[in-house]
Amino acid sequence: MSKHVLLIEDEPNIIEAISFILSREGLKVETHSDGTTANARLRGARPDLVILDVMLPGKSGYDILRDLRAEAGLADLPVLMLTARGQTRDREMAERAGVSAFMTKPFSNSEMLDTVRALMDGALNGDA
Amino acid sequence: MTPPEPRRRRAPVFLERQSYRRRRLMDAARVLPFLGLLLWLVPLLWPQGQEGGVRSSSAIVYLFGVWAFLVLGSAVLVYALGRREEAETGE
Amino acid sequence: MTMLNTLVAVCLAYAVFLFAVAFAAERVALRGQVRWLRSPAVYTLSLSIYCTAWTFYGAVGSAVRTGFEYLTIYLGPSLVLVGWWWILRKLVRIGRSQRITSVADLISSRYGKSNLLAVGVTILAVVGTTPYIALQLQSVTLSFEVFSAEDLAPGEEKGHTALWVAAGLALFTVIFGTRNLDANERHNGVVMAIAVEAVVKLAALLAVGVFVVWGLGGGLSATLARIDASALGRWEIDGGRWAGLMLLSAAAFLCLPRIFQVLVVENDHETHLRTASWAFPLYLGLMSLFVVPIAVIGLDLMPAGSNPDLFVLTLPLSQGQDGLAVLSFLGGFSSATSMVIVAAIALSTMVSNHVVMPLWLRLAEPGAKVSGDVRSVVLLARRLSIIGVVMLGYLYYRLSGGGEALATIGLVSFVGMAQVLPAMLGGIFWRGASKLGAFTGLTLGFGCWGYTLFLPSFGAGVFLPEPWVTGGPFGLGWLRPQALFGIEGLDPLLHAFFWSMTLNTGGFILASLASFPQPLERLQGAQFVNVFEHSPSPRSWTGGVAQTEDLMIMAQRILGARDAQALFEREARRQGARGPLPEPTPDFLEMLERELAGSVGAATAHAMVGQIVGGMSVSVEDLMAVADETAQMMEYSARLEAQSQELARTAGQLREVNAKLTRLSVQKDAFLSQISHELRTPMTSIRAFSEILRDTDGLSAGQQTKYASIIHDEAIRLTRLLDDLLDLSVLENGQVNLNLREGVLAHVLDRAAAAAAADDAGARLLIRRDPVAERVRLHTDLDRLSQVFINLIANARKYCDAAQPRLDIRVTPGVPLIIDFIDNGSGISPEAQDMIFEKFSRVSDQKAGGAGLGLAICRQIVTRLGGEIAYLPGQGGAAFRVVLPADLALAAQ
Repeated sequence: MSKHVLLIEDEPNIIEAISFILSREGLKVETHSDGTTANARLRGARPDLVILDVMLPGKSGYDILRDLRAEAGLADLPVLMLTARGQTRDREMAERAGVSAFMTKPFSNSEMLDTVRALMDGALNGDA
Repeated sequence: MTPPEPRRRRAPVFLERQSYRRRRLMDAARVLPFLGLLLWLVPLLWPQGQEGGVRSSSAIVYLFGVWAFLVLGSAVLVYALGRREEAETGE
Repeated sequence: MTMLNTLVAVCLAYAVFLFAVAFAAERVALRGQVRWLRSPAVYTLSLSIYCTAWTFYGAVGSAVRTGFEYLTIYLGPSLVLVGWWWILRKLVRIGRSQRITSVADLISSRYGKSNLLAVGVTILAVVGTTPYIALQLQSVTLSFEVFSAEDLAPGEEKGHTALWVAAGLALFTVIFGTRNLDANERHNGVVMAIAVEAVVKLAALLAVGVFVVWGLGGGLSATLARIDASALGRWEIDGGRWAGLMLLSAAAFLCLPRIFQVLVVENDHETHLRTASWAFPLYLGLMSLFVVPIAVIGLDLMPAGSNPDLFVLTLPLSQGQDGLAVLSFLGGFSSATSMVIVAAIALSTMVSNHVVMPLWLRLAEPGAKVSGDVRSVVLLARRLSIIGVVMLGYLYYRLSGGGEALATIGLVSFVGMAQVLPAMLGGIFWRGASKLGAFTGLTLGFGCWGYTLFLPSFGAGVFLPEPWVTGGPFGLGWLRPQALFGIEGLDPLLHAFFWSMTLNTGGFILASLASFPQPLERLQGAQFVNVFEHSPSPRSWTGGVAQTEDLMIMAQRILGARDAQALFEREARRQGARGPLPEPTPDFLEMLERELAGSVGAATAHAMVGQIVGGMSVSVEDLMAVADETAQMMEYSARLEAQSQELARTAGQLREVNAKLTRLSVQKDAFLSQISHELRTPMTSIRAFSEILRDTDGLSAGQQTKYASIIHDEAIRLTRLLDDLLDLSVLENGQVNLNLREGVLAHVLDRAAAAAAADDAGARLLIRRDPVAERVRLHTDLDRLSQVFINLIANARKYCDAAQPRLDIRVTPGVPLIIDFIDNGSGISPEAQDMIFEKFSRVSDQKAGGAGLGLAICRQIVTRLGGEIAYLPGQGGAAFRVVLPADLALAAQ
């Protein structure tokens, strides 16, 4: 059975790119573009991995992550965070919020794939 | 009933010559009326009466003499004070 | 008969002359040429109202009766003036800085603006002055009788003369004494007339003296010899009276209402006092110089039993010197009239300010503060008071029947007015002097004076029952009015002077020591005592609820509309207020109160302002200022305060700078973060898709095209962003070069609409314009302006969420030129309206392709062009208004 990835991102072109890359590897990608409803979506069927953008309309990626970690059953869910701001402060904030891996935009596709795989295999728990 | 001396609180211990002179002029202006009073009270000591009393002509000369002295003294002091002040503010 | 007719004619001519002098002086003053009107000489001469008819005629009589004693009346005031540095200087300064209107006002103002004290002093002044006015009327009547003796039966003309003189004086005083309300605005006419009269009386007395010494006495030494040979030939005085009267006249000189009027109230410049300090003693000396010779020669030449009080007049007359006699008569007439005029003005000011106005204020109910015309009330009160005072003097003269009883009243009146002295001197030299002290002292002194001197002066049995005078009231011997506490044999005048002043001063000091003054008293006390060192005035109002408009209305009623408006405007300008009305700050209220005090007296002004302001509170700072009893401490603490204020200021400045730097740093971080995000987002897509295109085999042609076009679009987005950033940075740094050209607004809008449409071909937006209004010629950077319009139109295209989007471009031609862009969408929420012109602010959550720099750039451009751009709320949809300044929008063609 194919693994299930939930992509929370608001830029349509980036959604398109990531979806393409991951589905090419046989992953099932579901996208969600609104920060305010993201947590509700997460409480439904549990994905194998969440890819989360920081700058989202409505609610920031950090807040979504914090809420997610606070929920029973989701505490150990692997979460890969993407940010376009790329300052050390952003990384620190992501780590405090309980991120599993952190990537700065723009990224190379192979790097993205490696990280996703590592996260889903449980081999990686921390930095990308 | 002594009035507070003007500008006492800011007065330095030693004054410049100009200010010093002005202070002494003020002192003189303060003393003058008491000098006048004293001189005008002198007739209290004079012998009285039709016999041996001081002659009225002398009394007139004395009293009006003191008067003239006070007028002159006061005028000179006022004039000098005015000039001092002018000189000080003019600098 | 002819002599009398001539005299009446001369008298009338002289009166007309005085009116003319006063009138001319007022005219000159109106033209602003007050310089010579207000010279030290005029000031000195106006002081001569001290020399009344009582001294003009009476000095010779006094010399005949008591030798040199008459001199004491002149010696006291001479010493006061020579010692101007001690008291007069301070009195004049206080009078000017506190805008004092009378003796009563001075006392009232010093002791917490108490009206009770003012009323007390006013009563004292009226009681003390009325007989004195009667005395003047009597002297004029007597001098008339001298001339009419052979023409008329005695007494026939008497009453009428006094009445006519009284009426004429009242008329003169009303005309020239109440021209302006502000007692501090000098009575130029009156003062000038009085100065002229001063010259006349001095000239008259000197002329008579010269005639007597050189004409009758045979020269200086011969006259002196005759003096020595006469009954006055030897020095013979009562030592007690010599010293006592000198003291008394000095005290009275300071306290007499009419003297205070010319000395303090009418004083124009403090330096005039300096001149007067020697010139007035000189005047007094000259006035008294020939008194003894006239007396001696008069005794020699005049028939036995003739009235020595009239020697000045009768001596020339008896020698056939009618011209000299008339001059002498005019001298006496001048002495009498000038005294009555000034006394009437001074008393009327007191009566109207301290009796009529407070009564009127109380009776005229709360609303009256704005409803009545105070100005006319005050003026009317003044005029009625003047007439009342003069007529009271006349009545007194008629009722007392004149004669000897009246002649003694001069010194009696002096002792009465001298009762003010302890409160006055205590008030200006001793900060501990309190209202209770002043009240106690005045009451004791006044009572003692009335009992021991004033009432007995009418003779036993008139006011005081006969047995009281001889045996004491109720048989209490130690309370006999002229031998208090059993001390007998004293001169009644000295007895009264001694006891009244002792009780007065003692009561004043003891009650002051025992009482605790109210804050306002203490403030005023500090102001008076330290008048040379202090800030201009005490604070007494902590404003707040005051209605400036009410104050304005009240001030207009008192000061007159023009002056009041000027005053308020000046203050408003000083405060930097926009309108004509200033804030009712404590400073302003205080200043206003002082101005009003110049018209209606301190107590009334305080009450009137209090009526409007509501509270008569004294602030904590004021109390602190009073609490610092020594000047040194005040100085020291002021220095410390200045230092700590300086430190606090510096610290405050540092804090501000720090906050600004922090704010700037936060802004910079946020800005960098934003730029990073805006740049990286398109780059992410570009990189991802270019890798996909590079690494993926077997992409369909459609996919290839799609991904390539995404890369292309994102690259364009990136370029646009960089362009915008550069543009913004150039604009913000002010390095932009404006390419000013002439053009028509319609063309600029055409171009912008076309460009905006080309930019985003898909959306359909209906643009409604007004071709007629757009025909406006512009002189500006047309490209930049068009950039602004493009942005606004593109925004409408992007964000207008109506089903049928529509944009109205409304142009309001004129100066300035206004262009509104209003769409029919849902508009921008009020919270967001503040933010839309900031960099990277986006209104909606949806992606619309912009980086959020458009409006920021628009604002920069419009600012550079000298105009303004703003969000226009309340138009239904989103609305922006561009305002272009006058010089950019040429007149519509």
